[in-house]
Amino acid sequence: MAYAEDAEHDDLHQPRSFYAKYIWSQDHKVIAIQYSLTAIAMGLVALVLSAMMRMQIGFPGSIDMDSTAYYQAMTMHGMIMVIYLLTALFLGGFGNYLIPLMVGARDMVFPFVNMLSYWFYLLSVIVLLCSFFVPGGPTGAGWTLYPPQAITSGTPGTEWGIILMLVSLIIFIIAATMGGLNYVTTVLQARTHGMTLFRMPLTVWGIFVATILALLAFPALFVSGIMMLLDKTIGTSFFMPDMFSFGSQLEYQGGSPILFQHLFWFFGHPEVYIVALPAFGLVSDLISVHARKCIFGYRMMVWAIVAIGVLSFVVWAHHMYVSGMNPYFGFFFAVTTLVIAVPTALKVYNWTLTLWHGNIHLSVPMLFALAFIVTFLVGGLTGLFLGNVVVDIPLSDTYFVVAHFHMVMGVAPILVVFGAIYHWYPKITGRMLNDSIGKLHFWITFLGTYLIYFPMHYIGLQGMPRRYYLFEDYQFIPDSAHSLNAFITVVAILVGIAQLLFLFNLFYSAFRGKPSGGNPWRAASLEWLTPDTPPKHGNWGPSLPVVHRWAYDYGVPGQAEDFVPQTASAELAPVHEGDKNQ
Amino acid sequence: MAFAIILVAIVVASVLFHFLSPWQATPLASNWGSIDTTITITFVITAIFFVLIVLFVAYCVYKFRARPGGRSKYEPENKKLEWWLIGITTVGICGLLAPGLVVYNDFVNVPAEADEFEAVGEQWRWSYRLPGADKQFGKSSVANMNVDNPLGLDPRDPAGQDDVMVSGHQLHLLLDQPVKALLRSKDVLHDFYVPEFRAKMDLIPSQITYFWFTPTVLGTFDILCAEYCGIGHYNMRGQVVVEDRESYQQWLSEQPTFAQTLTGGTVGGLIAQGEKLAASRGCLACHSIDGSSSLGPGWLDLFGREESLHDGTQAIADADYLKESITDPAAKIVAGYPAVMAAYPFSPEQLDSLVAYIQSLSSGDAPTVKE
Amino acid sequence: MYTNSNTLYLSRDKDFLRRIKTAKTGLHFLMAAISSMFLLFLIAYILRSQVSDWEALSQPWQPLSDTGQLWFNSALLAVASIALEYARRSIKDLDNSKLTRDCMLLACAATVAFLIGQLLVWKKLAAMGFMASSNAANAFFYLLTGLHGLHLMGGLVVLTVATYRCKRLAFELQEPLRLRTKSSIELCATYWHFLLLLWLGLFALLTGSPESYAAIAKLCGF
Repeated sequence: MAYAEDAEHDDLHQPRSFYAKYIWSQDHKVIAIQYSLTAIAMGLVALVLSAMMRMQIGFPGSIDMDSTAYYQAMTMHGMIMVIYLLTALFLGGFGNYLIPLMVGARDMVFPFVNMLSYWFYLLSVIVLLCSFFVPGGPTGAGWTLYPPQAITSGTPGTEWGIILMLVSLIIFIIAATMGGLNYVTTVLQARTHGMTLFRMPLTVWGIFVATILALLAFPALFVSGIMMLLDKTIGTSFFMPDMFSFGSQLEYQGGSPILFQHLFWFFGHPEVYIVALPAFGLVSDLISVHARKCIFGYRMMVWAIVAIGVLSFVVWAHHMYVSGMNPYFGFFFAVTTLVIAVPTALKVYNWTLTLWHGNIHLSVPMLFALAFIVTFLVGGLTGLFLGNVVVDIPLSDTYFVVAHFHMVMGVAPILVVFGAIYHWYPKITGRMLNDSIGKLHFWITFLGTYLIYFPMHYIGLQGMPRRYYLFEDYQFIPDSAHSLNAFITVVAILVGIAQLLFLFNLFYSAFRGKPSGGNPWRAASLEWLTPDTPPKHGNWGPSLPVVHRWAYDYGVPGQAEDFVPQTASAELAPVHEGDKNQ
Repeated sequence: MAFAIILVAIVVASVLFHFLSPWQATPLASNWGSIDTTITITFVITAIFFVLIVLFVAYCVYKFRARPGGRSKYEPENKKLEWWLIGITTVGICGLLAPGLVVYNDFVNVPAEADEFEAVGEQWRWSYRLPGADKQFGKSSVANMNVDNPLGLDPRDPAGQDDVMVSGHQLHLLLDQPVKALLRSKDVLHDFYVPEFRAKMDLIPSQITYFWFTPTVLGTFDILCAEYCGIGHYNMRGQVVVEDRESYQQWLSEQPTFAQTLTGGTVGGLIAQGEKLAASRGCLACHSIDGSSSLGPGWLDLFGREESLHDGTQAIADADYLKESITDPAAKIVAGYPAVMAAYPFSPEQLDSLVAYIQSLSSGDAPTVKE
Repeated sequence: MYTNSNTLYLSRDKDFLRRIKTAKTGLHFLMAAISSMFLLFLIAYILRSQVSDWEALSQPWQPLSDTGQLWFNSALLAVASIALEYARRSIKDLDNSKLTRDCMLLACAATVAFLIGQLLVWKKLAAMGFMASSNAANAFFYLLTGLHGLHLMGGLVVLTVATYRCKRLAFELQEPLRLRTKSSIELCATYWHFLLLLWLGLFALLTGSPESYAAIAKLCGF
């Protein structure tokens, strides 16, 4: 076990110039903010794209959007939300900000690489945005980028869009790898005295395991991205089979489109958990702090995170039940997929059991955390439909799938993001976010998204296929389904507009918010115990904190306060049984 | 308090919505009632978990709300309870998985008495082939594909000579006869999907995929493409007609065999040839002939019409313009349509026949332009 | 801050040891990510090789049936790897700094020679008309050797810096610099051993017989 030594920090004096402090910074907190703001800006782009799509679905022809533009918007919305917003925000944003503070380190272990990670991420974002301005526009291949259509005519953006998309993804993967090496190494090597692995907050566990998944799964996207790029640019045939396209035979021969799907989903499924596991971790901490109760079954929670992480590598082909792969694979992947539901369900139970006998404060972060439980529950349970191979057959490629994955890896993690920002904003800025605006934002977002996605499952059950620009003259689709789509669009636009409240709050409160003090939520974990708020470069002043207990000592009997900080020694307050035998 | 009430309201509303909403699965028209049963089982089991957990959260939020001076109870874990919950969940999961796998086993094992048909997808239309009297499909490959042989059958394969090449976008199937669909694509991924049949499967270029079903209801059903295949994906339509033996035989006898399509290729006038070309090369996937909206300009009354172009200029849709638009589509794009058509390298004779066909779709009233 | 230079060294020594350990942890994860990438390439390669248009480069009438040049290149990379291992061991002993330096220079030279050797194989293949677009087997050859080479080039940057430090070590023998250099050499040695093993794996894959791929593919159920 290595502990961070408190020596040689002459280089940690406050940097002088503005550029050194905010632009070329190697401070994990500044990098985290850079990552977060860039990711949120990308999220806004994707949000606008989704509003345009919804207008076309709900009120066809109401905006000037042809099918090319529709499919481009659809592709970019998906890719930006999954990769450039959620992955970047959870790992680059929350991972960067919270890991060193929560494990008691002065910074990430490779600060320079950490800075490079952000700049590569920014470069990937710029390359991606460039594709909006090249001839032919961005790719409209769907976020799954399935070949052959991703690179043959008949799909929008096959001139430059697809090339820029692949290049951008490759750069992003390099960025994520550089960041990821930092996060795992910091967790393993830079924890302070007394911070054993089983005393780390679940946030750190979630991000840690998610980062390992990212390090091992992103290579699959890298591999498929490079091979497709070569198919497109120099005419190799990795994925491109013999084809007769628009009246003539193409040069390609022998490639395997299904090989791409295997590679893509070998990345794609762990990617779901790269987004979900940090959310699981963050929400555990939010619930514990705001219910003033120790997290229920901490060890099981940790093992559940690890189990989900391991299992996520053996379930990928449940995305391919009707892809034409060997149908006997279906038996295996249905079993593994449903097995993963057990540790996931355990996490849900333990969140709810943390509420039992708690002292629940319905603060804004807590509202978002509870809303996450409901939303994630719906998304998780509908996942049982799609994971069970034969049930998936009628439902795959319908709006049921769209509703499911938006619930489980769109809305649910975003609710956690909001909750976590409301929770940690005081640490980042020293000011509270406005509570009233926060509550308004919460109610519109929570109820709105439920109204959008719950009924959407039923349109899918009815058989409405996803990725349709228009639903004209299909006899099995009744008029009522079109009305429902119009309703969903109206709600979606409202929810989209409501996010402006959040943005306003974010900037308004940075200047006008109520000063928060160092520990406004009276939380026990280490990040709230920094000598300065916001923490200065180096985080801990002259000496590193020493940890004596886990992060969840709330409501310890016989104590004056209802929480015991992690730094309080065992003489001050007893250490609980499970924590003792470390 | 308000939050707990809203959680309860969400549970009640969700359950009511499930039973009362008009948006339910389309009426079943195949043997896959067992798939519907597995969906129902899944709804029941997941709904139990959903209702119990959300109500539990609502109860906790109400019962254990913060009180001045309140304290939570210190209970870090309860191994026994956790193992019980894991056990119950596992039972629930098995309840989902077991029937699912049994039905899936039926799905992957095609009954021996199943008839076969082939559906071929291309951007953005469907074609069908039946094995003919010998119950055997002839070999096919991309290398054999051309205007006269759109499905790429091997002309030298004797098994292929009697294969029935279904003309038009309608496939007819026999009521209560199990069928195995053999699926293949000429260009990109597609997916053969009839919502009423429940079953679906992707089409992959270079590979033949399959699934089976038994149509059990007479009628006409839409065939959709359920795997994204480019800008015309939403408009890749086909129809399947399920009928009794008598009408089916009648329909079957009207369909040409592969041998007939090869020899009969040049009969008919210029217009008929153009019509055939338009159908076989996929033109009609994007150009409607009945005046409905489509991806490209519709052909009804197109000939001789004045069109506003993308760059603001005007053009008359005469023979030269049409030929240019076929061989070099990007040259003059009609305003309001995407520039997505691929160039078609047709011979001069083929171009003449297509133009003749398009001209035949214009009524006499339209101003005709002399060449 | 520190009054006694001994304490300074002791404290720095400890700090450097921790840094080496940290850097090693990072390197291990990096190698895991790289392994994951090449493993996926391996699976893609084997799956793709089962399509009938595949023309394995190792068949008797194909260029890679003669593996002479590849064996020679492998030897070069092995020399680099061994030289680094020597450097790693010798730096423990301060008196041996010249030996260390020579080993490092040898490793650099052997690595560059390996890369040139690989380029020569590329040129030979291209001259014989085996382009990436003509068969997927060729494409995989260029892609895998190219990516391996890129990873080696990345390492070469670090190795060059370490070699330069070694050279400085000959003139200003001081403890922090020695530790810093030691840390770089340790990392380089580990990374080179890894890339050597990786290359040998790729070598076996690229020149393996089509029958063995078929057997593996069958085993995986494809």
